[in-house]
Amino acid sequence: MTDALPELTLILPELILVCGGMALLMVGAFTGDRSYHSVSWVSVLVILGAGVAASATTEPRTTLFGDQFVVDAFGHFMKWLVFIGSALAIVMSFGYNRRERIGRPEYPILIVFATLGMSMMISANDLISLYVGLELQSLALYVIAAFRRDSARSSEAGLKYFVLGALSSGMLLYGCSMVYGFAGSTGFETLAGLFSRADAAPEIGVVVGLVFVIAGLAFKISAVPFHMWTPDVYQGAPTPVTAFFAIAPKVAAMALFVRVLVGPFFDLFQQWQQIVVFIAILSMILGALAAIWQTNIKRLLAYSSIGHVGFALVGLAAGSTDGVRGVAIYMAVYLVMTAGTFCCVLAMRQNGRMVENLTDLAGLSRNAPLMALALAIFMFSMAGIPPLAGFFSKLYVFLAAVDAGLYTLAVIGVLTSVISAFYYLRIVKIMYFDEPAEAFDKPMGRSLAAIVAVSSVLVVAFIAFQTPIVRAAEVAAAVLFFS
Amino acid sequence: MVGLAHYLTVAAILFTLGIFGIFLNRKNVIVILMSIELILLAVNINLVAFSVHHQDLVGQVFALLVLAIAAAEAAIGLAIIVVYFRNRGSIAVEDINLMRG
Repeated sequence: MTDALPELTLILPELILVCGGMALLMVGAFTGDRSYHSVSWVSVLVILGAGVAASATTEPRTTLFGDQFVVDAFGHFMKWLVFIGSALAIVMSFGYNRRERIGRPEYPILIVFATLGMSMMISANDLISLYVGLELQSLALYVIAAFRRDSARSSEAGLKYFVLGALSSGMLLYGCSMVYGFAGSTGFETLAGLFSRADAAPEIGVVVGLVFVIAGLAFKISAVPFHMWTPDVYQGAPTPVTAFFAIAPKVAAMALFVRVLVGPFFDLFQQWQQIVVFIAILSMILGALAAIWQTNIKRLLAYSSIGHVGFALVGLAAGSTDGVRGVAIYMAVYLVMTAGTFCCVLAMRQNGRMVENLTDLAGLSRNAPLMALALAIFMFSMAGIPPLAGFFSKLYVFLAAVDAGLYTLAVIGVLTSVISAFYYLRIVKIMYFDEPAEAFDKPMGRSLAAIVAVSSVLVVAFIAFQTPIVRAAEVAAAVLFFS
Repeated sequence: MVGLAHYLTVAAILFTLGIFGIFLNRKNVIVILMSIELILLAVNINLVAFSVHHQDLVGQVFALLVLAIAAAEAAIGLAIIVVYFRNRGSIAVEDINLMRG
């Protein structure tokens, strides 16, 4: 640490989120429920302001606060995704929260604090800042899962998420303590240096610690075999909260997973590659098979997200720049598809009541042709059918896996992708060929319609403007392999 | 002489007890909360023992942060349990089964 006061401009995104969140908390505390709308819009502005601040800094790669915190292109890319996801989650929730009478200013404020935690964990450069950032995010998410206080399902979702989340944090922490004990440092750069110098096999204590760290992080991205909370929490939490869970925290946790494995533990590649391959295969298989029997669309999307995490991990298992680039592109595409899909789920209302069954979508093409078309586009994209965005995101990770010689993994990936197409296409079949059920309430709401429209255009026309995304992901991936 | 290995053994035993406490307990959610605390305290023993072993303060700083965050986590956990109890009138683990599949 050379200078006492580091460049505060570099952590401007986090500063904006901290100050904005605390100021809004005061406003919310003094004005009560009537300020819900204004606090929400200001929260969206705060998050977008943080995003602008993140892209304004173009320093190559800087560490701050005694190497606790790193600012680099990978962080900027992932932070942008997280900020967009969080802002969308607030915008999506307006109609739902108003109708269900849970429109309280705490909701957007908790999302701002969760976003701050995600932003900190994406930039973590030390086991301590990793843990603090992760907990800041998790604590806000526990509360928000149980946000509908009068609903037994929502509070049960919150309780389950809390217990399993706290367990995963404990495992992660136990791993951190083992790594610290057997390697003698918590800093990512120091650890990377130590492991690259060790010519013999690493100490068994470090490997045990690494396994615990991976287990803890696999919980957060809901990879098999640590996925059991996902379907219950997705189903029980209020739908806008589910949408938020499906986009922002997943992207952030995946970014952290990549940063930890490719950063400090890169020289233990032999050790962690097998684990990542294992959980990727299990996630893809479970995501493809378990979703087939689901009748609730939120549960189905939970299993679908487990599958997507498996596909993204295929890129990480390659352990190359191309692989990490694939993960970054995958998460970007996943964010757009999922945001659009959840907007459609939020529009599933009959007679003022939310419905969540697949059969409620029957004949949607005749009742609401545009919504059916958009949902069909998202489903085709999730199934990975060219030329939609989902096809390219899968292509990038599978190509990276093939380049790294992981043929079995790539073949299993393609096969599970084909199996999962079954249930995505079944939704399309229900919408287009089944006898119409009762129509959904109209209108779906301007903000929802706008998000659906923009994301379906992005998914369809991904091929036209993929160049800047791919290039940004390439820069982001390259910075991780600096050594 | 009590050495590093003894501390690590105690911490490992406490950690295992905590994990088993979460999965084997069928009675009460409060016991789960206590098990989580047990896991975090096992980690703290580990960190402090390693910190003394390496003559390095980072481990103790880490342990203090873990303590602070564990307190916040327990507060939120208890709050969620209160909300859950209001809705269901019970916090028995076998009653937490509204969603299955």
